[in-house]
Amino acid sequence: MSGAGLDSATLFALTGAILIGIGVYGFIVHAHLLRRILAFNVIGSGIFLMFGALGFRGAGNGTDPVPQALIITGIVVALSLTALAVALLVKLAEEEGGATLPEEQPGRGEAE
Amino acid sequence: MTAALLFDAGLCLLVLVVAFSAVAGRGLFGAIAFFIIYGMLIALAWLRLEGVDVALAEAAIGAGLTGMLLIGAWSMLKQLGVSGLPGGPSVPLRIAAGAVSGLVALALAATVLALPDGREGLSPAVAESLGRSGVDNPVTAVLLNFRAYDTLLESVVLLIALIAVWSLTPRAVWGGVPGLAQHARSDGVLSMFGRLLPPLGLVVAIYLVWAGSSQPGGAFQAGTVLAAVWLLVVMAGLYDEPPASSRNLRLALVAGPGVFLAVGAVGAAFGVFMGIPEGFAKPLILSIEFALTVSIAVTLALLVAGRPRRPA
Amino acid sequence: MIALDVMTVLLVCTGLVFFVAGTAGLLRFPDFHSRLHALTKADNLGLGFIALGVAFQMTDAWSVAKLALVWMLAGLAAASVAQLVARAALDRLPDESGGEHKG
Repeated sequence: MSGAGLDSATLFALTGAILIGIGVYGFIVHAHLLRRILAFNVIGSGIFLMFGALGFRGAGNGTDPVPQALIITGIVVALSLTALAVALLVKLAEEEGGATLPEEQPGRGEAE
Repeated sequence: MTAALLFDAGLCLLVLVVAFSAVAGRGLFGAIAFFIIYGMLIALAWLRLEGVDVALAEAAIGAGLTGMLLIGAWSMLKQLGVSGLPGGPSVPLRIAAGAVSGLVALALAATVLALPDGREGLSPAVAESLGRSGVDNPVTAVLLNFRAYDTLLESVVLLIALIAVWSLTPRAVWGGVPGLAQHARSDGVLSMFGRLLPPLGLVVAIYLVWAGSSQPGGAFQAGTVLAAVWLLVVMAGLYDEPPASSRNLRLALVAGPGVFLAVGAVGAAFGVFMGIPEGFAKPLILSIEFALTVSIAVTLALLVAGRPRRPA
Repeated sequence: MIALDVMTVLLVCTGLVFFVAGTAGLLRFPDFHSRLHALTKADNLGLGFIALGVAFQMTDAWSVAKLALVWMLAGLAAASVAQLVARAALDRLPDESGGEHKG
């Protein structure tokens, strides 16, 4: 990781770190909840990529199977949460007529 | 060696650009489209890291099903006539968010670079016990034997998420049919595709479970393929979703966790709860996997379909 | 061995040319349907050439059969999706100037 310069696994781990940053940016900047759900998924896959790339054991040896199994579990849990978040968002839109949290609407009540 | 590194660097750059377009893109639908492409590129990255099991899961679940959920939510919001706040985020907010997220990324990158070389990880420990696990694919061994607890809890998390989605159902349609009615021309392309693909999808899913014991594959990937086939059949208007109150449906939902728990109880009789007895490991793991595949497929398909919207 | 590698490189490069052409069409063509046309025609051929090229690297017939299946499925999916997208656009385009068409 040092000496021999940058290897592919380190490159992917660094990409994961930047992906988490990109996701955090989207999560803060957007008030639209669907965009926040999307950003949350980018953060998630960034964490997975960083986690898995750090467990890479060199070409031919593959990635450590324990992180791989945990990541597969994580992908499925992320989907469950996304589905629940989407269901809550649609419910919110049906009840309130908006896709943002009430406290983010400047003129509350005039939103419609 | 350098050619491979160059390819990986290009892939990483592409991943980052597409991820940024998905997060910061102007139109919401375009952002979702970029997110799906992002998922496919991440799957490619996993192939480069030789994590084929994760690549399959990421392509099927991360890109496919998540993308479908987002598009479904987008179209639902559009039908309701709901949009976000007028105008984009303000410039000061963008700068502050950029600073915070930049710091997060920098701190994580510094940690990555500070890690010592020559870490062994858990690969040797898995390789050592693989012979006693009953399967040859180390990832399947971890999922269904060494850390079976995780996988059991995960299948329960899926179920709880579905119960939570269903709990948003208004009283009038409780136990009703999920999603909106689909209309497709019975002689159209979609229904032709919907008739052609299910048999193939079924074969691929069974193959994925079976192959998962020695090669990449397994219950989650196979369950996603089945869920995708089911969603296609519903979208093509060939069959409607079953009502949420259907007893057979609920049996299919709990079959996986149920069989898993039963095997765990058998393990308890042999000394350790959730400890899979060595001599019977392969048949036990395969029966858990087939039951889990059915439950995962049904749960995923219903999670994407959303809460009941029509009376049974 | 070298002959096989040469075949792979040639066929994959031919496939990539079609992908580049399809993408150029997608970006440069003026209206929706000609863009879709450029994309689907060129990409199906491109994928075919790439699959054929990769087939020369396979060591057993079983893998070649799997590759052919993948190619067939991708082609079938692309053709069906292109049809659906085209029809959806046809429904929507005439009243594009008016309000959003729901249905």
